[in-house]
Amino acid sequence: MTDIQIDIREKVFPAVGQAAPHAAIQDFRLTLRSGEFVCLVGPSGCGKTTLLNIVAGLDRDYQGEIRIGRQQALPKIGYIFQNPRLLPWRTVRQNIELVLQDPSAGNTVDFLLEAMQLTRFQHVYPERLSLGMSRRVAIIRAFAIDPELLLMDEPFVSLDPPTARQVRELLLDLWRKRPHTVLFVTHDLREAIALADRLIFLSPSPMSVIGDIRVPIERHLRQDENEIEAFRRRLLDGAPHIKQLL
Amino acid sequence: MSRLQKFFPALSLAAFLAVWQVLALALDSTLLPSPLTVLGVFWLELISGQLTYHLGATLIRLIVSFTIAMLLGSAIGLALGRNKKLDAFFDNWLVIFLNIPALVMIILCYVWFGLNEASAILAVLINKLPNVVVTVREGARALDQDLLDMARCYRLSRLDTLRHVIWPQLHPFLMSATRSGLALIWKIILIVELLGRNNGVGFQLHLYFQLFDVASILAYSIAFVIVIQGIEHTILKPLDKKSQRWRR
Repeated sequence: MTDIQIDIREKVFPAVGQAAPHAAIQDFRLTLRSGEFVCLVGPSGCGKTTLLNIVAGLDRDYQGEIRIGRQQALPKIGYIFQNPRLLPWRTVRQNIELVLQDPSAGNTVDFLLEAMQLTRFQHVYPERLSLGMSRRVAIIRAFAIDPELLLMDEPFVSLDPPTARQVRELLLDLWRKRPHTVLFVTHDLREAIALADRLIFLSPSPMSVIGDIRVPIERHLRQDENEIEAFRRRLLDGAPHIKQLL
Repeated sequence: MSRLQKFFPALSLAAFLAVWQVLALALDSTLLPSPLTVLGVFWLELISGQLTYHLGATLIRLIVSFTIAMLLGSAIGLALGRNKKLDAFFDNWLVIFLNIPALVMIILCYVWFGLNEASAILAVLINKLPNVVVTVREGARALDQDLLDMARCYRLSRLDTLRHVIWPQLHPFLMSATRSGLALIWKIILIVELLGRNNGVGFQLHLYFQLFDVASILAYSIAFVIVIQGIEHTILKPLDKKSQRWRR
């Protein structure tokens, strides 16, 4: 896949009732290089989800454009939404299989279910799952289509720390095997440093880029929490405007 | 549920029949025949083939008009529920058609298109269609946008989105339209048959009304109630149960 250029001049939510029109994004420019893992870090309500929806093609009511190389067609996207968005009338496996274009992807589904420790829940309906388990199903669904672009909106929230760590490692493992472009939204700067090639810091609404920082830590050193913490301190000490935001 | 409660429906039916029998005996009039007399008439009509012939004619009208009303009404309801401009434009039409008395539409259809089968079906259809549209429109308005966005993002085909994302959400609304539809349609069909057909339960009821034969009127009415109950228990309830099996 080629680079993705995001150029949003303005995204305004129209007035509803007493609420005035609200500019969510202004002059936002970002280029995602093919196979790059980019974390978006910004305060709550700054417009991160709106940005992901625009990139996913779910929100077309904005001024600007999303360019993929020279074409404007969207790549194959796996989107892990903030809430799992599983169909309650389909079992775990049926939810995953519904989005598969390739019927021979059953082995991938089996592998992912096993990796996420959900094999014995594959024939269970989502209402019987915990929120953490539903989130893992949503993650499998996104991975199973072998996406060219993976959009992740705070995917590890509500997972217990050991599971979150495990899923994070699986994500990195899959990404190393097939480096699709990832746009990952998080509040957690440590998590962002552990995962990303680049950190994009965002201003409060109307959202724009206020910091674009490459993470210099080698991938094999990212398991070391001291290394992560040291970089976080250096980063925040060197950028008071970012520190103020977080 | 206690063991006694399980027998409540049967006990309640028995109590109803007992009250009816006592009243019939007390009044001793042909205007209120006893349940046994009605059962006798029912049996005679059944073995003569009259009941099955007329019931069959009514059922065919019911199936045809119900199927068209549900298919067309669901499509229109879905379109109106998902398209605000279309809804705003046609909303008044719906209100008008909802409020036209069934009898007016039946008479107009017979006057405009003649006393034929097509007019009869059309009259039933026009009466039922707005109800289906309104019910399905409410369902379409209540569709979960998050799930639709998920389907769009994962590039589900229109057919898959309709089958796997929209249809299950519309199911309770469609069941409601089905139940109220059956109840409404068969009442309208009886009037249609009474006014302009030469067969069907409505035609028979008209005949027995002229003869003041209350036993036959009740026998035909009971036959139809049995059919509707049969549809409810053999088709609708199992369908409901199957589609709701995912609920806790």
